[in-house]
Amino acid sequence: MSKPKIATASLAGCFGCHMSLLDIDERILDLVELVDFDKSPINDLKKFTGKVQIGLIEGGCSTDENVQVLRDFRRHCEILISVGDCATQGGIPAMRNTVPLLECLEEAYCNGPTVYNPSGAIPNDPEVPLLLDKVYPCHEVVKIDYFLPGCPPSADTLFQAIVALLKNEPVDLPYELIKYD
Amino acid sequence: MNLAERSFITKLCQSCGKDPHRLMDIIIGVQGAYARVSGDAMNLIAAELGLPRVDVESAVSFYQFLSKEQKGHVRIRLCDDIIDRMYGFDRILKAFSEELGIGLNQTTPDGKFTFETTACIGMCDQAPAALMNNVVVTNLNSDSVHDLVESLRKNLNPEQLVKKTGNGNNSHPLVRAMVQNNIRRRGPVIFQDFTPGEALRKGLAMSPMEVIRSVKTARLRGRGGAGFPTGMKWEFTRAAAGDRKFIMCNADEGEPGTFKDRVILTEKPNLIFEGMTLAGYAIGAGEGILYLRGEYTYLLDFLNETLKERRASGLLGKSILGKDGFDFDIRIQLGAGAYICGEETALISSCEGLRGDPKNRPPFPAQKGYLGYPTVVNNVETFCCVSRIIEHGAGWFAEHGTKGSSGTKLLSVSGDCRMPGVYEVPFGISIHELLEMVGADDTYAVQIGGPSGQLIGRADFQRTICFDDLATGGAVMIFDEDRDVLEIVQAFMDFFVHESCGYCTPCRVGNVLLKKKLEEIRAGKGEPSDLEYLKSLGETIKATSRCGLGQTSPNPILTSMAHFPDAYLKLLHEDKQGYQPTFDLDEAVATAARIAGHGRVHHED
Ligand SMILES: Cc1cc2nc3c(=O)[nH]c(=O)nc-3n(C[C@H](O)[C@H](O)[C@H](O)COP(=O)(O)O)c2cc1C
Ligand code: SF4
Ligand code: SF4
Ligand code: FES
Repeated sequence: MSKPKIATASLAGCFGCHMSLLDIDERILDLVELVDFDKSPINDLKKFTGKVQIGLIEGGCSTDENVQVLRDFRRHCEILISVGDCATQGGIPAMRNTVPLLECLEEAYCNGPTVYNPSGAIPNDPEVPLLLDKVYPCHEVVKIDYFLPGCPPSADTLFQAIVALLKNEPVDLPYELIKYD
Repeated sequence: MNLAERSFITKLCQSCGKDPHRLMDIIIGVQGAYARVSGDAMNLIAAELGLPRVDVESAVSFYQFLSKEQKGHVRIRLCDDIIDRMYGFDRILKAFSEELGIGLNQTTPDGKFTFETTACIGMCDQAPAALMNNVVVTNLNSDSVHDLVESLRKNLNPEQLVKKTGNGNNSHPLVRAMVQNNIRRRGPVIFQDFTPGEALRKGLAMSPMEVIRSVKTARLRGRGGAGFPTGMKWEFTRAAAGDRKFIMCNADEGEPGTFKDRVILTEKPNLIFEGMTLAGYAIGAGEGILYLRGEYTYLLDFLNETLKERRASGLLGKSILGKDGFDFDIRIQLGAGAYICGEETALISSCEGLRGDPKNRPPFPAQKGYLGYPTVVNNVETFCCVSRIIEHGAGWFAEHGTKGSSGTKLLSVSGDCRMPGVYEVPFGISIHELLEMVGADDTYAVQIGGPSGQLIGRADFQRTICFDDLATGGAVMIFDEDRDVLEIVQAFMDFFVHESCGYCTPCRVGNVLLKKKLEEIRAGKGEPSDLEYLKSLGETIKATSRCGLGQTSPNPILTSMAHFPDAYLKLLHEDKQGYQPTFDLDEAVATAARIAGHGRVHHED
């Protein structure tokens, strides 16, 4: 029987959650015993090869491209998991949510104290994704099956959660792993 | 602030004995005279009363009728509750906007008019209705709006709008309102003739304990909604230790769809005041306060006059009816537009000159109420029942109604029926019988007890109005087949969100979430799982809120889901791809697309 597949993506995140996944160190060898990596920055596979069982999402949705990727994941993954505070709540990027979009862009490209931009233009190349009016946590855009909080969730948390899911066992995360102060 | 305003405020504070507990009277007075309570005014009031400024500001900011910003000479407040929405609210709103040249919550540049909406003002049987300062205008239509504004522009005097006064005491020189009583059915208890002093004379011949025993034998239960046994409440308050005791009459009548107390206040004030005096005698209280909702300010002078007459006839004041040692007097406390102030502990806060926040219970008002003294709070109608019980006897009273719910109940009926108005019916009447009585032939849904009560459908019309089945403070709203159930529910949730005092998170935040989800469902973005969400969130809000507002606020949703499931189900769809129907990508990128000057490039695969 072929192994189940896992895919991962980083949307409006800092890649810290992916770093945390890599932080499982040599246990990655145990992981690949259980699962094959499909579309993911870890193996640099850009496209889904087909249906996958588990999708891990880092980061919330800040652009139309983020939404497109997330929806693509939702269509391909049986189980979709929001990983980290950005995916589950918007996180640091969502700090812009209290400021109207135009003001954000003007601060970034025109008015900020360190900005050098003689033309005063806000970038509008079609290749640049369009920003959403605010940053959305993933579950406000698609259905999410599980949430792993933390910034980032520790390597142990990620490893234990994924293994439990693959082995169809209940996750039993000790207190230290889900205590955040 | 000019000298005149300064001296006005100083005098006002003096006339209230510089008593911080009279803050409400002072800020309502300043608002009335200057159409705002400015920062300077607050400083002065604070200094005069020896309060921190923040206490004054926190009270001013709490009440809807008070404002720090300057309002217009004439403040037009249009009722936007469901009954008005059914009878042309949108058209009237538009007509006012056009005539005045301003939108909602704006003031005309010349400072003449401010235009706002408000929750039910107790005129549902003559809706659409509005307040122009303290003047009530009823039966509005888009044609009459033009004339109203025209006439106001000339003299800025809303009282001149009253061309024809209503029936009964609405035409009394101290009332002069265009309001109609619409008393459709007079029962034996409330709407019969009453000679002031009749009940009191009999009561004072009894011992205080005998008065309480009569109220208990009559099995009287509170008419304000919760139905607590009145005699028991009095017994507790009598037994509680305190140098002073108080009687409070709850005439806040804020539950949308309720307007029966308004008619009692207009036609039978002596029955109320006599009941309060009997209560004072029974529990050993020397002072009474009637808390009158700000919307009924037009009745204030008339009620004060009635009190004056009672004093002159020896029915209030020292040694009442010659009874040595029984001194009792009543004052009227005006409210300023807050539904929550009908909750008894919030009502007490408001009378104390505070924000209308509910208090923690225990201690209950019977132990520690107004100013910390044992206090009885009862509804207007409850006090009227007391007068009749003492006048005609407990046995006579208990013959009416049912075993668990003795006496009659006033119902204020509005909505889709031929004869909206006030009905005095015996407890135990079925919804069927009631609908027939009021001329409602094609009824689809009935809201019993206002937004905090329940919305029932045809399957429940054989049920009866009484404390053991369908309890109500008096509101009965009737809806025909062509009404949108979820629009009704939406109006009620808007109401609760607006009126929550904000103290507890479940009520302050939870109701907003309920309202938002309902809006999504109505916009076609709902899913089957939303029903479970609404149910569990609603149950949580009920279980974890501090006062009756939060404990009942999910009822419009919960009871409509139970009795009208199809109203919801027909709007719900499951998204096959697992997308959230509430997320609209085009809408979310609209601003960025406008800024960039081009639309989306990253399309779905
Ligand atoms: C939010 C809220 C609003 C209320 N409004 C009123 C009201 O307008 N009039 C009233 O008599 N009771 C109102 N009540 C009920 C009072 O708290 C109290 O139970 C009642 O005045 C007691 O009098 P009764 O026993 O004679 O009914 C309200 C309760 C809540 C929770
Ligand atoms: S949750 Fe923390 S680590 Fe993960 S993407 Fe967000 S900021 Fe980075
Ligand atoms: S339940 Fe609502 S109205 Fe009552 S105290 Fe809490 S927040 Fe205030
Ligand atoms: S007066 Fe408008 S609903 Fe009661």
